[in-house]
Amino acid sequence: MKNIIHNINKAFDHRIRLGIMSILVVNEFADFKMLKELLGATDGNLASHTKALEKEEYILVEKSFIGRKPNTRYSVTKKGREAFKKHVEAIEKLLKQ
Amino acid sequence: MSTEEYLKDITEIKDMMNKSSRFFSLSGLSGIMAGIYALIGAAIAYYLVSISGRDYLILDGKIFNYILLDLVLVALLSIVTAIILSTQKAKKNNETLWNGTSRRLLTAFLIPLITGGIYIMIKIYSNHYGLTGSLMLIFYGLALVNASKYTIGNVKYLGYIEIVLGLICAIYPGYGFWFWVLGFGVMHIIYGSLIYFKHDR
Repeated sequence: MKNIIHNINKAFDHRIRLGIMSILVVNEFADFKMLKELLGATDGNLASHTKALEKEEYILVEKSFIGRKPNTRYSVTKKGREAFKKHVEAIEKLLKQ
Repeated sequence: MSTEEYLKDITEIKDMMNKSSRFFSLSGLSGIMAGIYALIGAAIAYYLVSISGRDYLILDGKIFNYILLDLVLVALLSIVTAIILSTQKAKKNNETLWNGTSRRLLTAFLIPLITGGIYIMIKIYSNHYGLTGSLMLIFYGLALVNASKYTIGNVKYLGYIEIVLGLICAIYPGYGFWFWVLGFGVMHIIYGSLIYFKHDR
């Protein structure tokens, strides 16, 4: 039991963060607009959550320009993928009990 | 956190994975319409051949050109209908028609389809058109199976059916017309209805 709780990751303890990770593990990358549309979050809200995940080194942020428009795209890191997998497995184990 | 909240989390995860990687606004009604167009087109082709006095098709006749036009019209009408109805469905689902998922869906669908189309044209112009029906079914089936990863998963079964029909058709090329009617007409109507009742409403 202790072990399972240990694997529940505090960094994913929010709907938006959970959503960001879910989207990124099945997509090579996603840009800010796509995340915003899918999650129904405001710019500021989404930005703060991506920043938090970036700080944990769970996601990678690449800033570039498409023409003159700035474009930010996100992808999941190896560390993030493993952490997310552990988190989901922990939830599943908890639910099975 | 309570069990209920964890369950909600899991549902949310699954939902986001699906929504971000699959295009769900594919309209079932447009499948039904495509089937109806195919049946009408086939009836016109059947009529054209029957008034030509032969019961088979020759490549350089006027009739052949009419049938080609008939086929192009069926394809065009089906595509236009699919775009219009899927746009409506997307709007209803609060999704845009042209996004990452629909782009991937289209790419996955078009690569086998265009390959098949070009291959069939090459064969027709070198006078090997006996297997056209079979080839159309097989390549269309492959396109569906390939595209099914990016949309309603059930579409792959329609793909399998088309491939099997195409292979059987290769054994009985004389019945190519009827296999075509079955694959593109009847199957579209059946499958379109399934999607319509399950996902459209």
